[in-house]
Amino acid sequence: MSTAAAGARTDWDIPEYAGEHHQELSFLRRYVFSTDHKVIAVQFLVMSLVFLALGGFLALMMRWQLGFPGQPMPGGSVLPESMAPGGIILPEFYNSLVTMHGTFMIFFAIMPLLVGVFGNLLIPLQIGAPDMAFPKLNMASFWLAVPAGFIMLTSFWVEGGAAGAGWTSYAPLSASGDYTGVYLGQQLWLLSLFILGFSSIAGAVNYITTVVNMRAPGLTWFRLPLTVWALFITAILVLLAMPILAGALIMLLSDQTLGTTFFLPELGGEPLLWQHLFWFFGHPEVYILILPAFGIVSEVLANGARKPVFGYHAMVLAIAAIAFLGWIVWGHHMFMSGMNPVLGTTFMVTTLVIAVPSAIKVFNWLGTLWKGNIHFHVPFLHAAAFVSLFIIGGLSGIFMAAAPVDIHIHDTYFIVAHLHYVLFGGSLFAIFAGITFWFPKMFGRMMNTLWNRVHFVGTFLCYNLVFFPMHGLGIEGMMRRLYDPTQYGWLAELQPWNVFITYAVFGLVTFQVVFFVNFFLSIWTGRKAEANPWRANSLEWSVPSPPPHGNFMAMPTVYRGPYEYSTPDGEEDFILQSASPRESERPPSDGTRSRAALNEEEST
Amino acid sequence: MNWLLDPSVSTFGPDIDRLYYIILFITGVVFVLTEGLLVYFLVRYRRRPGQRAEYIHGSTRAEVIWTAVPFLILVALGLMSKPVWDRVKEPSVFPQDAYELRLVARQFEWEAHYPGANGDPDAPDAFSVLNRFHVPANEPVVIHLEAEDVIHSFFVPRFRLKQDAIPGRSIPIWFEITEPGEYDLGCAELCGLGHYSMDGMVIVQSRSEFDAWNAERRTAAREAAGAVVAGRSGSDAGEGEAVSIEGGS
Amino acid sequence: MSHAAAVHETRRFMPGFGIYNAKLGIWVFLLSEVMFFTSLIGAYIILRFAHPEQFAAPGAVLNVPLTAINTFVLICSSVTMVKAYAAIAQDDQAGLKRWLLATIVLGSTFVGVQVYEYIHLVGDGFVANASAYAAEGGPLYGSTFYLMTGFHGLHVSLGVLALAWILLRAMRGEFSSKRLGGVEAVGLYWHFVDLVWIVLFTIVYLI
Ligand code: HEA
Ligand code: HEA
Ligand code: CUA
Ligand SMILES: [Cu+2]
Repeated sequence: MSTAAAGARTDWDIPEYAGEHHQELSFLRRYVFSTDHKVIAVQFLVMSLVFLALGGFLALMMRWQLGFPGQPMPGGSVLPESMAPGGIILPEFYNSLVTMHGTFMIFFAIMPLLVGVFGNLLIPLQIGAPDMAFPKLNMASFWLAVPAGFIMLTSFWVEGGAAGAGWTSYAPLSASGDYTGVYLGQQLWLLSLFILGFSSIAGAVNYITTVVNMRAPGLTWFRLPLTVWALFITAILVLLAMPILAGALIMLLSDQTLGTTFFLPELGGEPLLWQHLFWFFGHPEVYILILPAFGIVSEVLANGARKPVFGYHAMVLAIAAIAFLGWIVWGHHMFMSGMNPVLGTTFMVTTLVIAVPSAIKVFNWLGTLWKGNIHFHVPFLHAAAFVSLFIIGGLSGIFMAAAPVDIHIHDTYFIVAHLHYVLFGGSLFAIFAGITFWFPKMFGRMMNTLWNRVHFVGTFLCYNLVFFPMHGLGIEGMMRRLYDPTQYGWLAELQPWNVFITYAVFGLVTFQVVFFVNFFLSIWTGRKAEANPWRANSLEWSVPSPPPHGNFMAMPTVYRGPYEYSTPDGEEDFILQSASPRESERPPSDGTRSRAALNEEEST
Repeated sequence: MNWLLDPSVSTFGPDIDRLYYIILFITGVVFVLTEGLLVYFLVRYRRRPGQRAEYIHGSTRAEVIWTAVPFLILVALGLMSKPVWDRVKEPSVFPQDAYELRLVARQFEWEAHYPGANGDPDAPDAFSVLNRFHVPANEPVVIHLEAEDVIHSFFVPRFRLKQDAIPGRSIPIWFEITEPGEYDLGCAELCGLGHYSMDGMVIVQSRSEFDAWNAERRTAAREAAGAVVAGRSGSDAGEGEAVSIEGGS
Repeated sequence: MSHAAAVHETRRFMPGFGIYNAKLGIWVFLLSEVMFFTSLIGAYIILRFAHPEQFAAPGAVLNVPLTAINTFVLICSSVTMVKAYAAIAQDDQAGLKRWLLATIVLGSTFVGVQVYEYIHLVGDGFVANASAYAAEGGPLYGSTFYLMTGFHGLHVSLGVLALAWILLRAMRGEFSSKRLGGVEAVGLYWHFVDLVWIVLFTIVYLI
């Protein structure tokens, strides 16, 4: 090991701790082409918040069309003829809106927010490392994501408009522009995601190497914060899932451009092959979008309740189990695709089973609150909301997992409700929790609590008004990706609900604007933050806010787990992982073992 | 609009609905239980002066319980679902003596192809209709679902039946409708610009009415086929018919 | 990494498997490469089972003997790569450069032969474009063939470039038995690319 370490030291310049270097960086190196994981995290944050706003903005237009089909959209006349002549959205533009909304939200908002932002910010800080294992690769990862998003965005203005085959881009609709009139747009969609794939894989390689190799002394696997565990396992999913997507994208692109027929049936291609490849990537992907959220929520709930996470080991195992089972359930997206019914049964069973680890997590979260001393800070509010909303989204998943019931609700708004409950109610609420929790560590200032509370309450209410009725619409049989529901006789009478939802969305978006404004104002005008504003335990709180380049003056040493809240001894109800052992933690002279020793055993 | 399904009219509809309500009940209970606990804990254990959280790391016993119970419930759900699933989707157990026809989906319409009197799909009296098509009630009907261009999805909510139509494939589906009437047909898979307007109607008639309609269409088809110069295919004639039908029924 | 031991670790502390970052990173990256080729090969297998009529018998269209020789060339290049690593491990600078050069030559030969084969195949109407396909079997044969061998060829070419860069650094005398991470990392990648080819050769040319 020592020789290997020597190899590492001499052969590749590995990052240094704050105390070990004193070079001054130019503005460009420090803020634009920075290799500091904290700066890269902030870059990802700004980028993905912009795309989140964009995705919301697209949703706004969609909702206008769904609420008031065929009526000119206020201010819509600024849009070119090809999209909305006289402000009236065209069917082809609506299809692009749905597709781009889903694509931006999943690939350019939620994924970079969870993996890009929190992965970069938390992994090195929480494991006591000076930076990522490969800082330059890390920078590359961000500077690949930006052009990818830019390409995706520009596709709106190319000949034929942006991709319009849904974020799942089912072939053959997506495989030949002859069916949609979208040629270049679909190809740019493919290219953009292909580039993003490189970005994600670069990130994943970094995260995995960093967690395995650069943990501080004493930071054993089972002393890692659950955020690190979640991000580590997520990185593995990204590493293995993205290449599958890449392969599928290449084949679809060559069908589009080189005249191959992988997915085009006329000359023997297999349309279902696309679906299998996409969902073999796609289901792990949706867990990529929730596991980091699990980690963040566990962290914040424990902090708010001032109590250790209930069943830490079970939480880790549950994450691992979900990540593993996630690979063998993809068929539940294809129950109606004409795939062999026997396969359908198999996927139904695996899908139902995957609910079990999620159950463990939900109940352990409740257990964490039990007998706590709950401090309702804003991050905690979002985390608690996450639990309540994820339960709803998860439970609606059970309806669809039962294949016979899915016959009726597949491709209806019931699905739309499900995916927004898990992705918005789940992932995005966790992201709000994470941003408000680590904002001081990122920017050295606190966010305005009052406006944060306003944002939370407004979002929670409007959110449910928007998405809960969608379950009902689905039960009534309202299909997804409908440009104008009123065209169907039996849907026309549901229109009042669509109008209601659209009004609720106006509210929802308004409260998001509140958050956006509060966020950017607080960066400059917020109250200065001390090192450990939430009185938390993990290593990032042991250094100034924001931490210096190199994070720690010297390599910290870890003496205990991350959730030692309200320990029986000690005045404070928290103790930093790196705080030197208390009297009670030292092995007592009489044979009895100290708690520290006990933790040590349960963790190895 | 609520969580209740409007009544199904197919023979397997009730099976699906029962399963739906069972899941609605289970998830309802779980929902009340978990959300209830959440709210209770939030109120009960809110921060109070001088109060200190209890230092608890977990409880293996509790965790085993809340792992095992959901597991059993979910496995039970799977066992209940399988027979229903097979009954609806497994071709090998489809009813035998079913009335069979071909339904072709294309951007953005449905075309039903009916065989001639002798059951031959290419017979001169074979015909096809667009979007509004008839089937007999109270007897099994098998539809061979095809797509010409992209993927579409056959969806009749009141039948509790949905099936994608895949280009290059013929996928059999079956149903037996107990209540004659007109039922909305929709396309559930995004298929392009006209996806939102790809609606149709399934007209379920008593056997006698259906036969009458069928005979009428056949004679019309035979005349049309005879009238035109030889070599014109039956399906064209069918489309000719289809147009007249739109006004007709 | 027991508690006590860990506490007394030095700056060089390495909790992992004791594999230094660059090497671990390459291993991890190769995992994702495995998945990438899995998706391509998986697609090929599925399509071939679904439409056997579109795939001609081994050797009917493809030049198996030529490719067999080419395969041998690539395997040799793995051997020379091992030699290169062994050389620098004993601080044999000349050996390192010699064997690296040999590997580069062999690798380039492989790519060259593949290009040559492509030209002939295209001449015989064995193309990826379905509407222009004129060879035995069906268009899926051409599409899948060029997809898999093409992306493998791309990987070999990138490998050659990487080796050239390593050779350059070797010329500058940047490596030693204490500093051979670069050589080892690129070597790992190179062996992986060979491995993939052996799989491809078997399922595309022989079966
Ligand atoms: C964050 C992302 C995320 C997450 C976590 C999930 C979680 C789950 N999803 Fe979901 N899903 C999506 C994102 C996600 N999904 C998206 C985006 C789509 C649409 C894709 C598209 O555009 O087509 C989709 C679609 C989708 C389908 C396809 C529907 C269709 O197209 O017809 C199915 C079908 O089985 C499904 C099932 C499930 C299940 C069973 C879970 C489970 O993991 C949920 C488990 C959690 C719980 C069950 C709640 C907590 C548990 C308890 C409180 C214990 C007690 C519970 C019981 C005893 C029941 N999802
Ligand atoms: C995490 C992902 C995510 C998020 C957060 C959202 C957020 C929203 N989504 Fe969406 N949605 C998807 C993922 C997501 N969605 C996916 C994957 C699909 C399927 C796509 C497909 O079928 O292919 C989908 C589909 C979908 C549909 C179905 C369309 C159809 O099938 O025809 C609808 C319809 O109402 C909808 C609505 C909304 C609304 C109203 C919001 C609102 O919550 C948005 C609120 C706004 C924000 C959260 C951002 C903040 C906004 C602003 C600040 C606006 C102001 C702007 C500036 C200041 C510049 N979404
Ligand atoms: Cu046809 Cu949608
Ligand atoms: Cu899924």
